[in-house]
Amino acid sequence: MSVALSAQDITRALTRISHEILEKNQGSTNIVLLGIPTRGAHLATRISSIISSIEGTDVPTGTLDITLFRDDLRMRPPRAIMPTKIPTSGIEGKDVVLIDDVLFSGRTIRAALDALGEIGRPRTVQLAALVDRGHRELPIKADFIGKNLPTSKSQSVKVLLSEIDGRDEVSIEEGVE
Amino acid sequence: MRHLLSISDLNKSEAISILDTASELARVSDGAVKKLPTLRGRTIVNLFAEDSTRTRISFEAAAKRLSADVINFSAKGSSLSKGESLKDTAMTLQAMGADAVVIRHPASGAAQRLAENHWMSGSVVNAGDGTHEHPSQALLDAFTIRKHLGMGGSDLVGINVAIVGDILHSRVARSNVLLLSMLGAKITLVAPPTLLPVGIHNWPATVSYDFDSVIPHVDVVMMLRVQQERMSDLFFPNAREYSRYFGLNGERMAAMKKGAIVMHPGPMNRGLEISAEVADSARSVITEQVTNGVSVRMAILYVLLAGGALEVGSN
Repeated sequence: MSVALSAQDITRALTRISHEILEKNQGSTNIVLLGIPTRGAHLATRISSIISSIEGTDVPTGTLDITLFRDDLRMRPPRAIMPTKIPTSGIEGKDVVLIDDVLFSGRTIRAALDALGEIGRPRTVQLAALVDRGHRELPIKADFIGKNLPTSKSQSVKVLLSEIDGRDEVSIEEGVE
Repeated sequence: MRHLLSISDLNKSEAISILDTASELARVSDGAVKKLPTLRGRTIVNLFAEDSTRTRISFEAAAKRLSADVINFSAKGSSLSKGESLKDTAMTLQAMGADAVVIRHPASGAAQRLAENHWMSGSVVNAGDGTHEHPSQALLDAFTIRKHLGMGGSDLVGINVAIVGDILHSRVARSNVLLLSMLGAKITLVAPPTLLPVGIHNWPATVSYDFDSVIPHVDVVMMLRVQQERMSDLFFPNAREYSRYFGLNGERMAAMKKGAIVMHPGPMNRGLEISAEVADSARSVITEQVTNGVSVRMAILYVLLAGGALEVGSN
């Protein structure tokens, strides 16, 4: 196991991502942040508080569970469905930023785009990921990346966040698959 | 989990996870687009050998909201009425590639027989078998109680429930006693002695013959239908007497606790076990039970069918 991002690295990456989101969208007025549970939701909360400390206004932040839209449901045991909380302002005509911890095959994001389509029609959809580990199976690309982490498919990337795991850390583990 | 035949197939955490899944799915039913792609390409057969409105429509709506294909199959108008056996029917369904069968049958144990004889490989959901069990009804009742009275917790600890009426013939009562007591609720069964089954004192519930003494102490009054079609004997002198001692009318409702709710699995015999005044009152959550039924059945189908073939049977 090797540590790829320390707690400080994660904080710096999230701060940079927050600035990049603001830069790309020219402020926070039309932004909605949606985290993909579980860890993406916590990252969304952190980015939201960083943005509001920079801009001085709160950014609508919610969660988007994509379990029911996955295309690999049959390959795994049933997963628990996590809450979806869309901010009251809705997503219609907004610039939605999806936030996830690890970008890998891209299938989660495909499912998230389907899930968003059921809720409304955002003006744009952007994607922020703490780690991009490559091996995409679909034509999907992140707009904001914390760190590009070259990995082999047999390895696994483990993201720990203090909200649920007690500490912040991203590490690469050799897989046994 | 592969089949849902009885509440005893579930442990407490599985039951709670079905309820939690249902509350997330309920949000879908509230949304503008009431459809999810989750079970696309799966075929669910509703095999109803006994009349039903609510349960069949509810399972059909649940399956359709998850994008499954639904085949409805009722005794009338099918070869079941020509005397085809359950085995032959099951093998026909297997040949058609049903991923799940939702079965309602007048014989207790029919669902179990379907599940355990390897006549077919799909999941079996018991939608009511004779006087045995009706697990999806109990789950939706628990869901409704938790939504109204749950103190933020995931179970039903501290809630007192009276189940009143024809306990003897009621599969709803059997499933509810098992589930609600597992979730921590205290249950009182209220019925004339003739409508209580043998061995009732082994159930995890107390028994009372006096409805009026029970009413002020409970948070939920669950009325059961007097099942005249299953009554081959004289169980009470006449309907008026039954109604006077065990019916829920406006007077009794007035004695209920503040915030207590009235439930009924339907179909109601208005004027017999429940008066119209009570059924249409603000305390009644009877139509809400129907709404919740769809979400709960979506959760059941999701848990049984969304997983992959590898995990089937391994729980």
